[in-house]
Amino acid sequence: MRTNLRVNGRIVDVDVPDGMPLLWVLRDELKLTGTKYGCGVASCGACTVHVDGVPVRSCVTLPEDVEGTEVTTIEGLATRQGRAVQQAWAELNVVQCGYCQSGQIMSAAGLLAENDQPDTDGIDEFMAGNVCRCATYQRIRAAVARAAELLEDDS
Amino acid sequence: MTVTLSRRNLLHAASAVALVVGFSPRGALAVTPTDGGHFNPFVKIDADGRVTAVVKHFEMGQGTSTGLPTLIAEELGVDLDTVAVEFAPSDARRYANLRFRTQGTGASTSMANSYLQYRQAGAAAREMLLAAAAQEWNADPSTLFLSRGMIAGAGRSEPISRFVGAAAAMKVPERPTLKNPGTFTLIGNPQTSRRDNGPKIDGSVRFAMDVQLENQLVAVVRRSPRFGGTVVSMDASAAGDVPGFVNAATLPSNAGVVVYARDTWSAFQAREAVAVEWSFTNAESRSSAEIRSTLLGAVNAPPEFVVREGPGMDTAAAALGRSVQTVEAEFFLPWLCHAPMEPLTCTIEPTADGVTLHDGCQSPSSAHRALAAVLGLPMGSIRINTLYAGGSFGRRATMTADYIVEAAQAFVMTDRTRPVKLVWSREDDLAGGAYRPAVAHRVRVGLDGNGDILAWDHRIAGKSIFKGSSFEQWVVRNGVDHSSVEGVPDTLYRIPGMFVGLTDLESPITVSWWRSVGHSHTAFVMESMMDMAAKAAGRDPVSWRLDHLRDGSSDQRRLADVLRLAARESGWDRPTEPGRARGVAAHKSFGTYVAQVVEVSRDAAGATAIERITCAVDCGLAVNPDVVKAQMEGGIGYGIGHVMRNEITFDQGEVVEWNFPDYEPLRISDIDRIDVHIMQSSAPPTGVGEPGVPPAGPALANAIAVDGPRVTMLPVAHNGVRFA
Repeated sequence: MRTNLRVNGRIVDVDVPDGMPLLWVLRDELKLTGTKYGCGVASCGACTVHVDGVPVRSCVTLPEDVEGTEVTTIEGLATRQGRAVQQAWAELNVVQCGYCQSGQIMSAAGLLAENDQPDTDGIDEFMAGNVCRCATYQRIRAAVARAAELLEDDS
Repeated sequence: MTVTLSRRNLLHAASAVALVVGFSPRGALAVTPTDGGHFNPFVKIDADGRVTAVVKHFEMGQGTSTGLPTLIAEELGVDLDTVAVEFAPSDARRYANLRFRTQGTGASTSMANSYLQYRQAGAAAREMLLAAAAQEWNADPSTLFLSRGMIAGAGRSEPISRFVGAAAAMKVPERPTLKNPGTFTLIGNPQTSRRDNGPKIDGSVRFAMDVQLENQLVAVVRRSPRFGGTVVSMDASAAGDVPGFVNAATLPSNAGVVVYARDTWSAFQAREAVAVEWSFTNAESRSSAEIRSTLLGAVNAPPEFVVREGPGMDTAAAALGRSVQTVEAEFFLPWLCHAPMEPLTCTIEPTADGVTLHDGCQSPSSAHRALAAVLGLPMGSIRINTLYAGGSFGRRATMTADYIVEAAQAFVMTDRTRPVKLVWSREDDLAGGAYRPAVAHRVRVGLDGNGDILAWDHRIAGKSIFKGSSFEQWVVRNGVDHSSVEGVPDTLYRIPGMFVGLTDLESPITVSWWRSVGHSHTAFVMESMMDMAAKAAGRDPVSWRLDHLRDGSSDQRRLADVLRLAARESGWDRPTEPGRARGVAAHKSFGTYVAQVVEVSRDAAGATAIERITCAVDCGLAVNPDVVKAQMEGGIGYGIGHVMRNEITFDQGEVVEWNFPDYEPLRISDIDRIDVHIMQSSAPPTGVGEPGVPPAGPALANAIAVDGPRVTMLPVAHNGVRFA
């Protein structure tokens, strides 16, 4: 199936088998491997990308569903919120193995775009869909709060 | 003389561009090939002064790619953030784990075995650079120093790049002088940033799952739904309807069918379309309930093996008979899957003279041997490219190099002209074995009139991890696989009259080391029993434990110290808020002492929530204190998560759990604040990857038991415990 996608600001024309989720179009066709496969059933969030700025699970999204939208992957993340999240992630040494962190960062940037001052419960609720088997959760929570602080200082 | 001269000339020629320092196969510091082969160094400094640390332990998140470069940067005298990191190639003669004598990562040994070795390499490079500067400046080398990449002294200061070529021609110091720990600026520095932050934050990091080679095939394997099943016949004709499908072939072992496709999604789709007829003659066909009653039956019968020298079963029984009080419990801890975030995968790429394995390679030596055997290639024709690993928790290092062998078999069945990338799905991972073995324990503790321990009869049953493996001779003694019992017979508590018995479970279900190995179940049982005994004796759980560590060895003192520290920092002596309770546990594993206090609350509907966790750790000198903290935080999460809700179960031999929705991992909302306190120490560093795990589960169970049920059957739902 031929689809026109707009990914990280570039228009790409892909021809993929029917039913191939966006995750595999990004990874195997466009070689944008920053978006990860973790479960394939929208249960771990490793595959999170932005569709028009909103975090979605690319493993259960079809390319035809995102035609006419702007898809952003970790490689193209350049929003204010995204930069703040990445800075906070580095400051607090959040990562361990790092495999889930693209998805964590995409979710966190999406959360802050929606609510720039989330409280702890708000962070936990929004981020609960992103699994980290290294259990970096306490640092993720602190880093989202730190990113919110950076955004406030910056505004 | 001629030989010396020509060797020096050779050195000069080679060193015009770089100073490379490593070790000879005999362990001596060296800068050039001592055996005519390619020289694999620990430190490389190029003509521009750029330093590269060659890291012999893979990075699965535990911090080796920060820790080992820290050792080099400290001794060399450069800023850590200027040091590039490279993973070592496969070369067991130079990059062996000094604890294993083969190249590989595990048992929380990376820092412990590298600490002196990497410092020596850094110090040798420093002394050679200083010697070169001293010669050029006509100065006494002892008056010069190297700091932040600059050599200074004798009224001058110049960057190391000026001396790299000359330094490579200097004599290699046999025993370079290591820095006095009092002068460390990087080792022990809590401000150190992880070296792998950048690529893991911007998405550019490459894991094995991210390998995308020209013309590669993706291979997935349809495995027997029951462990030990074999392929009778297969029909892949329906897979032809999947556009990206390439081919299917039965593995030579008959353990499964390999399905090849042009991309991952097509491989998954085509696999669904392959019809396979299985033989289950030698397969596991029991259900969980049956295996569980077999194990519980075994701990209530005379044991197959006696573990601990000392009082026999009869003596322990007699002492139990004399006891004023007996505390008794049976435990069952289920099969567990490691479930690292990156499912298993590796790629075999054909090269001019052999192959390259691209893998988050935990055990290069065993992977290398396995590849040579399956591919029929000499070791020298096989290269291993180690990439970052998306977690492991023990899974990537199996006895049999399982997924690497599968990839090699899949490659062999092609015409060997295209790279073959083997991919496991999450479903493959959960059903794929190499589990933490399910275990049963039964313990009887006898107390005297003062509430002191008189006798301890401890029976364990579970499948051995090491029997039948190439490591058996190192770990199995008198029939006892030490990894089945570690943490019980070697407990640090003063326990007179202890008897420990073990019975093995026979089953085709494959098992492996799961983060903290035997300690993952023994600490749960030991620390639960200590709590139950303290309660029976009417004693406070912390002071009861301290009493049993009193007047003891340095081992006992160090465990007592972390216990005191965790108790103090958690506010143990102050009452909790209403509706809350605290539990404690302490355990030594992999040379490291850890104590934890878990505080829980219970809501009106009876659901439990984890409010706060306090952890104290003594791992000797903490090289990267923030990494130590992160490993404790992560170990606690790993240890708590499985106790809360994880188990692999079987229905007539088939794994029931399918994917994360029914093997639900710990999530951010499950866990609140964790405070980690590191004991100040100048003792040699020990491991931190695993020791945070063992106390977490029992500390939680002990908190729940304060005014709730005593958890003995995991996960906790089996004892009626529910989380908010």
